[in-house]
Amino acid sequence: MPVETQEELLRFEGVTIRFDDLVAVDNVSFSVTPGQTRVLLGAAGTGKTTLLKAAIGLLPVNSGKVFLFGQDITGLKEKQLFDLRSRVGVLFQEGGLFDSLTVEQNVGYPLVNRKKKLPENQVHEKVQDALSFVELSHTLDKFPNELSGGMRRRVGIARAVVTEPPLVLYDSPTAGLDPITANTIMALVAKERDTQRTANLIVTHRYQDGQIMANFSYNAKREGLEPTNGSGNGAKSQTIFMVMNEGRLCFEGSQAELEASKDEYVSKFVLRRR
Amino acid sequence: MFEFLKSPVAVIQDFYILTGRALANVVRPPHYADDIAIQMDSIGVGSLMIVVLTSFASGLIITMQMGRALEQYGATGQVGQIVAITLVRELGPLLTAIVVAGRNASGIASELGSMKVTEQIDAMRALGTDPIQKLVTPRMIATAIMLPVLTIVADFVGMIGGFFIAYYTIGLTPTAYWKTAYKALEYNDIVQGLMKPFLFGFVISLVGCFYGLRTTGGTQGVGRATTEAVVVGMVWVFVLTSLITRVFVNLH
Repeated sequence: MPVETQEELLRFEGVTIRFDDLVAVDNVSFSVTPGQTRVLLGAAGTGKTTLLKAAIGLLPVNSGKVFLFGQDITGLKEKQLFDLRSRVGVLFQEGGLFDSLTVEQNVGYPLVNRKKKLPENQVHEKVQDALSFVELSHTLDKFPNELSGGMRRRVGIARAVVTEPPLVLYDSPTAGLDPITANTIMALVAKERDTQRTANLIVTHRYQDGQIMANFSYNAKREGLEPTNGSGNGAKSQTIFMVMNEGRLCFEGSQAELEASKDEYVSKFVLRRR
Repeated sequence: MFEFLKSPVAVIQDFYILTGRALANVVRPPHYADDIAIQMDSIGVGSLMIVVLTSFASGLIITMQMGRALEQYGATGQVGQIVAITLVRELGPLLTAIVVAGRNASGIASELGSMKVTEQIDAMRALGTDPIQKLVTPRMIATAIMLPVLTIVADFVGMIGGFFIAYYTIGLTPTAYWKTAYKALEYNDIVQGLMKPFLFGFVISLVGCFYGLRTTGGTQGVGRATTEAVVVGMVWVFVLTSLITRVFVNLH
């Protein structure tokens, strides 16, 4: 279980977001602590992406507060948010890659555009490392439209983690991908969590994504995922599931609690073990 | 009671906020000189051929039509003067602005609109870049610089078009045509002829960026934003040209 006294990386306090008459996020509260993975499940249009965007101030909240690295970001101006955002990695739904830039420029963008600029050779080195991490070192000079959907998502992950942020937000990382590619993407997310000790907020409609995060960990020696089997590395206990329905959080708890839930909506997401 | 006004007033307010921020960024770092150069190339060099073609054809047509009218009064010698005044004061800036609005306001709106619907704008903000500083201000500066330059080219090419008809059809000597054209122009005309495209440049680029950044609803939304940008951009060009002409007529 997360330690109460640990510094919270992200905290939502009674957050409500409205678009005209539509309540997209309704009085949502939760927090993400270091090393923790939160998996937010929900059907399309339930406000998952809106919530994720509000976490870094991309959307304003109507009421409640959002704390990022302990700082209240509600009401902060765009320029005041830039420093805080630079400490968060974000993977957007379709990758969010810049069409007009090469893969190398896309991945290097967070390094080039920060206040403390790195020397060019260091940028190149970090970009190479990030692309090796997602096994796409050969795509440096390619443009996003030359890549497959899965590859674009992997480049998106490389860009999200190139600055080694303590918190990474994933918006539907496996949406629209075939099961094999989806598992590859989730394996990379788990690898990032276990090698860099990052906290994660994963927004998804696939229960399998959460299952991988809760039940598998990355073995650096074997260079692959392996089941945790209660080996005590913390993946299971550090993975918290949340379910969202019509803007409200209707469930928050462990995988076991999720699977035991009798709630009709919540149980729709769960693949029960026989 | 005035509920129906809420939406248009909100649009105007958003446009003024965008304009204010884009203008403030001109003096605020960081400056994206590379992006300005790329946009100047795209807007200026990219529009050159169509501007040359349009203005040359306009010069030909004005001279042909005016030549016939002036012939009735035996004043075909004044055709150079009419071509120069019409092009420099009004048609040069207006036609160039319409061409650039059709070509670039649509291009800007569709480019930014596509970026918006594919979350590239959000990604940019998440990665610590102000989209207005990176995308809007360079396009605004580039258009405000290149539109007057294109207009100068258009005016000159239009007068060359007029000269072809004056020389080959009407039978004027080169000296007669160019001398009357040159003499007809006053300082006031040059100022008016350059002030218009400078202001049109701001309006066309800002309208294109505004509708691009407001795009919602996928690819259909991009198409809608593009159409709106061209239509609104052109309406503003017509409104501005009428206002500026009125001001200069009064000054005269």
